[in-house]
Amino acid sequence: MQFGLVQLWEGGWVGAILRGSLVTIAVGVLSMLFGLALGTAFGLAKWRKVPVLSQVVDLYTSVVRGVPELLIIYLLFFSSVEFVTRIAAAFGFADMADAGYAFVITVVAITAISGAYSTEVIRGALAAIPKGHIEAAIALGLSSRRIFVRIIAPQMLRIAFPGVNNVWQTTIKDTALVSVVGLQELMRTAFIGAGSTRNPLIFYAVAAVVYLMITLVSQVGFNTVSTALAPRKRS
Amino acid sequence: MDLLQLAIPVLLKGLTMTLMLTFLSVCIGFCLGLGLALLRRSDNAFAANFARIYSIIFRGTPLLVQLFLIYYGLGQVKFIHDAPALWWVISDGARCAVLALSLNTAAYTSEILYGGLQSVPHGLVEAAKACGMGSFTRFRRIEFPIAIRQALPAYGNEIVLMVKGTSLASTITVLEITGYAKRLMSQTFAIFEVFAIAGVIYLAINLVLVGVVRLVEHRLMRHTRPASQKKTRAAVVAA
Repeated sequence: MQFGLVQLWEGGWVGAILRGSLVTIAVGVLSMLFGLALGTAFGLAKWRKVPVLSQVVDLYTSVVRGVPELLIIYLLFFSSVEFVTRIAAAFGFADMADAGYAFVITVVAITAISGAYSTEVIRGALAAIPKGHIEAAIALGLSSRRIFVRIIAPQMLRIAFPGVNNVWQTTIKDTALVSVVGLQELMRTAFIGAGSTRNPLIFYAVAAVVYLMITLVSQVGFNTVSTALAPRKRS
Repeated sequence: MDLLQLAIPVLLKGLTMTLMLTFLSVCIGFCLGLGLALLRRSDNAFAANFARIYSIIFRGTPLLVQLFLIYYGLGQVKFIHDAPALWWVISDGARCAVLALSLNTAAYTSEILYGGLQSVPHGLVEAAKACGMGSFTRFRRIEFPIAIRQALPAYGNEIVLMVKGTSLASTITVLEITGYAKRLMSQTFAIFEVFAIAGVIYLAINLVLVGVVRLVEHRLMRHTRPASQKKTRAAVVAA
């Protein structure tokens, strides 16, 4: 009756959990990268106070940051699921759509969430760049593209880095939420395992450990990069 | 129009649950978090490490995992099954949600308060010691008031995160705003409309809470403003 790690191994669950973990990491990394791209574009728009666009971005970030992630995930899934299956069925790809669709819409949902937080981080970093640097670059007659590449971007990256780390940690944890709509990632695998073996304790504990490993390992990675990014002291 | 009439009362029914979950977990979480922050500052290496590891574990795993571990997992532990008080907590979704949310926010709160306590200038603590204050008086009159001022903006964010966190309770059968919203979405298929109404309710809660935190902050920072209120108001108007 006692269910332990041995049964976890013999039942083939280790493989399933590893596969789930890979899906979790893939979703997390993709959403983080897309979110960062979105956040950089939106952050710049907000910083430059582009008319209309910066108001739209304001609305987007305050809605996403003020409304539960779960609600946003429900919105994106339920509103698109019927539409997508109908299109896929019309073209005769119903089966393929099911598998790929959950992944795509998950990445869209998590990107939407992490993009909002990234926007704020990037905007904050841009605001922290001393105005004088940019004025000096203009005075030197640098083109605006060069000002961005040589002056703004390097400082922005360095200042935004700790914030980006925070966004990543939240993003990887937010991926657990999409398990409620069916993508077979780590949390969903644990849920299925818990249900079919009637042993939730061990499955959720294993899932917790895997999440902890992911966050701890990435934390170490971020710390390493952060020291490398720190401005070298000149004597 | 019909949808509004149908959806708003249902979602407002969920509002009570959301507010209750938030209130209870923030209260319990603050006390636990304060305790953990103090443990982390203690000279006892075991206690300090316990608080540190607690915070790493709870901040490093998703809230959903913690919730499921408590709701589905703990029932398997014989010791909890046999203790009536513990079983009372575990046997109900809402109580599990409060437990998970409190334990989770305690970890974040402890980090915030620890940061605040660390920022208290050393000289002030030494001065208090020199005046002969005991450690409790010193904490109550010098360290805590300074730390809380430092920590308040970050703590406001944490409360907003807690409000959003209560939505996870809907995954363990607790009907709060998100739970009702999901049900309405599948009943009416008016997905965007239901999302918009529920979203507005959440935004309103968060706006009010942020406002309250700002007010408290304003009040706590009153010593930094010039004495005459009228003069400041005139200055604000002039600006």
